[in-house]
Order: sequence, then structure tokens, then C-alpha cells
Amino acid sequence: MNLAARLLSAIKGDPRADRAVPPTGFTAQLTVLTAAAMAFLCVFAIALSLATARLADRWSSQLAQSSTVRISAPVDQLATQTAAALKVLQTTSGVAASRPLDADEQRALLAPWFGPDLPVESLPIPQLIEVVETPQGYDAEGLRLRLRAEVPGAVLDDHTRWRRPLIEAAGRLNLLGLFCVGLIALVTVAMITLAANSALAANSQVIRVLRQVGARDDYIARAFVRRFTLRALAGAAGGTVAGMLAITLLPSADAAGGFLTGLGFTGAGWLLPLTIPPLAAVIAFWSTRVAAMRALKEIT
Amino acid sequence: MPGANVIELNQVSYSYGGDALLSDISLKLAPGSFHFLTGPSGAGKSTLLKLCYMELMATQGQVTLFGRAAQDIGRDGVAVVRRRVGIVHQDCKFLDHLTLLENVSLPLTVSGQSTEANMAELRELLGWVGLAGKVRALPPELSGGERQRAALARAVIMSPDVILADEPTGNLDWEMSLRLLTLLVELNRMGKAILVATHDLNLIRQAKSQVAARVLRIKDRRLQLAGADL
Repeated sequence: MNLAARLLSAIKGDPRADRAVPPTGFTAQLTVLTAAAMAFLCVFAIALSLATARLADRWSSQLAQSSTVRISAPVDQLATQTAAALKVLQTTSGVAASRPLDADEQRALLAPWFGPDLPVESLPIPQLIEVVETPQGYDAEGLRLRLRAEVPGAVLDDHTRWRRPLIEAAGRLNLLGLFCVGLIALVTVAMITLAANSALAANSQVIRVLRQVGARDDYIARAFVRRFTLRALAGAAGGTVAGMLAITLLPSADAAGGFLTGLGFTGAGWLLPLTIPPLAAVIAFWSTRVAAMRALKEIT
Repeated sequence: MPGANVIELNQVSYSYGGDALLSDISLKLAPGSFHFLTGPSGAGKSTLLKLCYMELMATQGQVTLFGRAAQDIGRDGVAVVRRRVGIVHQDCKFLDHLTLLENVSLPLTVSGQSTEANMAELRELLGWVGLAGKVRALPPELSGGERQRAALARAVIMSPDVILADEPTGNLDWEMSLRLLTLLVELNRMGKAILVATHDLNLIRQAKSQVAARVLRIKDRRLQLAGADL
């Protein structure tokens, strides 16, 4: 019988087999609570993983876009040096395009700090030139040397470079999120195994009687497996709903300059947490079955 | 032919923790045979019965059940074998949260048979042991005699080939013991092999007046035929 069929059979169950094993209140509550708590944490771990994946993607795409040349020169030399820098950039291999930012764009850049109506024309602020790289990129050190020689006030700010370690960090954080999901699954296995062992130990006399009247191990195990599978499913469903609700209620951080993408789900990402309850049921099914079969081997 | 006996022990020994509890035991339970197993407390009567239904495995010698060597029978096989062996314990071993009817029908339930389909036989069986009016009672609500008769009903519900009873009258008064003995004799007349472990010599004497029973005694870890005094 395949896993799905076994799982369905376990959920459907045999009421008479269930009746044979008395209900165990404490372990029942423990399993439901554990499954709920783990599912709740798992929702956040998945959300963290997805958010960091989005962050890494965003930074990666920005890395491929542009760097900046900043011209810091006396006002009367600013236009000359800007023109000289543009000339250097146009003849630099690996530079796809370059253009000076206009006053409106510079104003927009400064707006978060100085407000929207900054008179940039009357302020001695540097001129910025946006440089768009080709997919191969340019030799940053070579360009720096050329700019230093030909445009004294030019500073190449390949600001995308500092994003590389951040992208790596975001990637690691993404892995960490997935690792947390795995860790939560392992803890769930451990907790359900402990609860199942406790239930099996509490019912050892019942199991002995069942064995003595001709019950197969599989029959006895099924009664325990069904209970723990259903408890884990119910607990995980509750925990998942609570987790998704908590994620929904989190304030969105996306608008704060686009740096943070916010902890949450977008689009089809909302479907991912819905896989937690069935996965918890699968985990409970196997953990309980393994624990039950092992415990039953001790009973002749 | 080894298959002719329902249970056969051939030069069986059993040790636990280095101590020999049973030595060189040979026993054949043929269909329709009636055996009593006697001996003082701690002699190994229960151990021998446990070897017969594979709760214990012989440390030496060979136990054969229904023609199959015990060591060749897997765990699922043990379950199937036990459906052909009715076991009655002194303490009955009921599931206290189940009704009498559910307890008696437990062997049917675990073997995947429908209780509903067998309800007529179940009621007839409970009537035979005098418990027709107690089907919904829980085991703690039953008297000692009722529990023993219920245990016997559970032991025979699968129509086993052999009944193994371990001190079945240990907790019963004389009148109730005789009633249980009568049921065992009736089962034997139906062709069931019966092995009763007991230290109640009066019960054995009473049985011998009704049925051709062999009386075996465990003495010094060995099995021997009991003397003419029995």
C-alpha cells in the first residue's frame, strides 16, 4: 500500500480498533499542542525564507543595473568635468550607457532627508552620473585610474559592490529559514515519538491482551497511528491558521524605502503554509508507526 | 506424524537469567485430549503454558504448534496461531473500558470479523456461560465467577482447537469451579484439546469422574505423570 493510501486508511480508521485502546488525555493534548506550536513556528520560518529569497532576488537584479560616478567640483568646473567624465565612460569597455542625473532626479534622491522642495540648483551638491554596465561589467580599478587622471573631481561609486555580501547574507538567511523548517520537523518527530511512546507504555497491558487474543502488530499500531495522525493534523491546522493570521497582521515594511521586503507571503506563496498540516500528519503517521512497531516488538 | 497433535513439546527446556525453570519437557496435546497440569506454586505450570502459546520461547528443544515449529513462526504467524488457541487466565485479563460483549468478541474484532454478523453466536455463547443478561456490563462490575466464565467465552469465540487454562478456578468458590469445569468438559466433548494448569486436586478428581483426563505434574523442573492418588 502506498503512503497516501496508508495515510487515508489511518485517518479513516477502524472504530472497533480505536475502541480497543482507551483514550489517553494527556498525550492527546500534548500532541495537539506540540503540532500547533510547531506549525505556528513553521509558518514564520517559511515566511522568513521567502522574504529573504525575495530580498536576494531584488538585490541581485539591482546589482546588474548601475553604478554611479560622483563629480565633486567647484560650480564653475562642474559641467566641464561632467562632460569629461561622460567622455571617459563612453569609451570604457563594459559600460553600456551613462547619463547625468537631472535636477529632478537629484531632488528625488535627497527628498527623504531634506524634503521635496529642495532647491538643488542653488546648492553646491555633486553631480551624479548613472552608469549602466554591460552583462560582462567593466574593470572598476581601470576606470577609477582613468577618471582620476582625466577628471580630478570624479569618484566612481560602484555602490552595487557592497550589495554582494548582503545578497550572500540574504541567501544564507534563506537557507537558515529552510533549516529552521527542517529543525521544526525533527522536533515534531521527537515530540510525537515521545508522546506515542508514553501512550504505548501506558497501554502496555491493553496491548498484551490484544496480542494474546490474536491481534497483529499492524492492527494494534493502527489504533495509535490514527489517533496521533489526526491529533497532529488538527493541531497543525490550528497552528498554521494562527501563524498565517499573525503574518497578515504584521505591519508592512515594504514601503520603507524598498530595502526591506517585509516578512510575509505574496501571491502563490500563501499556498505554501497550507502544506504544513498534511506534512505534520505524514510526520505523525510515520513517527507513531515506527514507535509503535518498535514498542510492539518488546511484547510477545 | 507431528501435525496430528495440536501442540507438541519435544525435550523442551526453558531458562531465565541462567536459572533453569523447566528441563527436558515432552508433551503432546492431541485433538480431543484433556490434560491437567499440577504442581506446587512456582513449579513452572504457567511457564509451560506460556511456551504453548508462544509468550515464551523454549531455550532448548522444540515446540510445535499445529505442525509448525515455533521458531519458524513470525510475529504475524503468532497472532494467527493464537486465534486457534483459547487462553484463560486466573486474572482474566479483560479490557476494563470495554463491555462484556466487546471483551468477549475481541478475538473476532482483531481478526477482522464483524461482531454484528456473529451476534447470534455471541449471544448463544454468552447464554451458554450464563452471562446473557450481562452483555453491557463492564468487567469491574462482574463477580469473579462471571469474569472467569466470560474469559472462557472469549477463549472459545474463535472456535479454537485447544484451550489453555491457567488456574482458571483460582479465585472461584467450589460451586463456581464445578460450573467452569462442566463448561471445559463440554468443550472437550466437542473435540477441543484442553490443558488446565491447577493446584486444585479436588477439581482434578472431580474432572476425572467426568472425562478421561491425564494428570501431569511438574516436579524438579521436569514433567511426569501423576500417581494413582489422582
